[in-house]
Amino acid sequence: MIFAFCGNALICTSFYVVQRTSRARLFGGDLAWFVFWGYQLFIVMAATGYLLGITESREYAEPEWYVDLWLTVVWVAYLIVFLGTIVKRKEPHIYVANWFYLSFIVTIAMLHIVNNLSMPVSFLGSKSYSAFSGVQDALTQWWYGHNAVGFFLTAGFLGMMYYFVPKQANRPVYSYRLSIIHFWALIFLYIWAGPHHLHFTALPDWAQTLGMVFSIMLWMPSWGGMINGLMTLSGAWDKLRTDPIIRMMVAAIAFYGMSTFEGPMMSIKSVNSLSHYTDWTIGHVHSGALGWNGLIAFAALYYMVPKLWARERLYSMRMVSWHFWLATLGIVVYAAVMWVAGIQQGLMWREHDEQGFLVYSFVESVAALHPYYLIRALGGALYLAGALVMAWNITMTILGYQRDEAPIGGSLPRCSLPNRSPIWP
Amino acid sequence: MSEKHIDEVSGVATTGHEWDGIRELDNPMPRWWVWTFYATIIWSLGYVIAYPAWPLLTSATQGVLGYSSRGEVRKDLTAADDAMGAYRAAIKDKSVEAILADDQLRSIAVAAGGASFKVNCVQCHGSGAAGSQGFPNLNDDDWLWGGKPDQIQQTLAHGIRFTKDDQTRDSLMPAFADVLDSAQIAQVSTYVVSLSGPVKNASLVEPGKTVFAENCAACHGDDAKGNKELGAPNLTDAIALYGADEAAIATQVRAPRMGAMPAWNARLGDTAIKELAAFVHSLGGGEK
Repeated sequence: MIFAFCGNALICTSFYVVQRTSRARLFGGDLAWFVFWGYQLFIVMAATGYLLGITESREYAEPEWYVDLWLTVVWVAYLIVFLGTIVKRKEPHIYVANWFYLSFIVTIAMLHIVNNLSMPVSFLGSKSYSAFSGVQDALTQWWYGHNAVGFFLTAGFLGMMYYFVPKQANRPVYSYRLSIIHFWALIFLYIWAGPHHLHFTALPDWAQTLGMVFSIMLWMPSWGGMINGLMTLSGAWDKLRTDPIIRMMVAAIAFYGMSTFEGPMMSIKSVNSLSHYTDWTIGHVHSGALGWNGLIAFAALYYMVPKLWARERLYSMRMVSWHFWLATLGIVVYAAVMWVAGIQQGLMWREHDEQGFLVYSFVESVAALHPYYLIRALGGALYLAGALVMAWNITMTILGYQRDEAPIGGSLPRCSLPNRSPIWP
Repeated sequence: MSEKHIDEVSGVATTGHEWDGIRELDNPMPRWWVWTFYATIIWSLGYVIAYPAWPLLTSATQGVLGYSSRGEVRKDLTAADDAMGAYRAAIKDKSVEAILADDQLRSIAVAAGGASFKVNCVQCHGSGAAGSQGFPNLNDDDWLWGGKPDQIQQTLAHGIRFTKDDQTRDSLMPAFADVLDSAQIAQVSTYVVSLSGPVKNASLVEPGKTVFAENCAACHGDDAKGNKELGAPNLTDAIALYGADEAAIATQVRAPRMGAMPAWNARLGDTAIKELAAFVHSLGGGEK
């Protein structure tokens, strides 16, 4: 999900957006093709590594040393293409979307290199050992892991939002000042928040405290993006009735706002003592990854595909509407059930009787989750079904078909009340 | 393309920049956003004064509240010790039998043993202690190695066929595939089943009885009621670890499977072992 889907969505949209907002073709000629194929090779090596048991056992950084080296080469090429395009832009200023994309590319490079510092056992073997050990290793890992969320899934995707939302709504960005302040605040504060993944561990108390307070301070900078996204729609709210792509963007931004409130809340130590290691965390990341990253990327695809293939419109807007409802319902079910499951799990683990003895065994807490996991699978299936609808819709669009269908809801008042049209255009 | 203009819908001026048709309004930041941001910063400043926060060269500021997570754990453990210490000491001093005879000690030992059971024993014996194939049910009164308090304690402390403990309970049933022919194995299996229920082929019972007396009775007893000294199961109660029909018994006669259990004394200590013994004894089948 993160590397294959979100990574490709980021590379694709960043190449599109940087060209559109810089009025320049990509720098470096065929280097962009190298980035594309190189990244796909990385995905294949990473995914086959999972199957073959070749892993560094680092969360979100499982690929072994040779895959890491390859990704570093690809990523540097990506940076050269992106930065080169910005340098040769024909616009006087750099658009806010490109600030976010650039911060994502630069920071991911730094995180990736430091976290993956390791010593291979041999040149021909896949195994390597990390340069860090013990609590230093854990902290490096979560400095990386949390900022993979921060810069891959937040900053990069905010770049996506800052281009596609104003374009689809045909409205100006709500506040330039807010975009500057929340950008700098976000990238400054995010990088410190990783230690909140290691509350109540061997990590020294002072580092836990700093991880927590930086997470709390991160709340408003994160919400700056939500405000700018939603308020950009002011003056275009009527499009929610007629344009399922806008609907998808609004739902994405709403999920973004919710998970960036939930994150700081879960970083508070007393909340974390209940939520940590439970399915609550799973619910949190999926509301972010499927709700925010998934929906905003789908919306961007729906915007881009007709333009890239020079089609008048998508094959079917009604199918977009179906996708919206399937995906939204799917992720709401998925996330809600994981919250309930996680909180129950956390409460069962800590439940003790009046004499201080534990009430439940671990396996009893696992058994209690069974119904929730069935509902979770249902939510995931709905979400996947929506994606299949999208795949069909986009394929037909690319092939040049247009589905013969009635327009969506919003046009009805106009049809039934034609004489009101001067007031209700 | 870069002149300022007023957005018609909102009446707000733009910044004058434009990229691919996208303009930016010159709206101020929402006040509630700014003030909430300030509030989180002020709260954070207070928090880092109150709690350990600032890294120094070789240590870190400790915070004015004097909190430390290790200190909290120590406090909790001390409180737990204070609450339970006297009972734990009594449990340590007394035999399991004496603990069971004392109402208050028994209730605490059984509760404590139940908690240990959930962590250490459910993996094999199940969360209801009902066992499963190969793992004995601890709720019934059928005991392989004895159901008296001290026998249960001995099993828990030293395990069964656990080679790292020289006091472990140990016995070995030979593989009778090397001793008996197929017909004899079928006969003796049928005989064993007949001791607790109907059989498929009654004509095998009588010859099976002879095979049993010559080969099995030494350990399982003339009456087939087993021998707890050897961990030889009672064969007359229809309770069988690996299946109770003729085919399952025959398999077991040919090449016996024998369970093992780790010794827990090194890991849990004497007091917890006694608590566990009291708990297991209290499940329903404990012997006097």
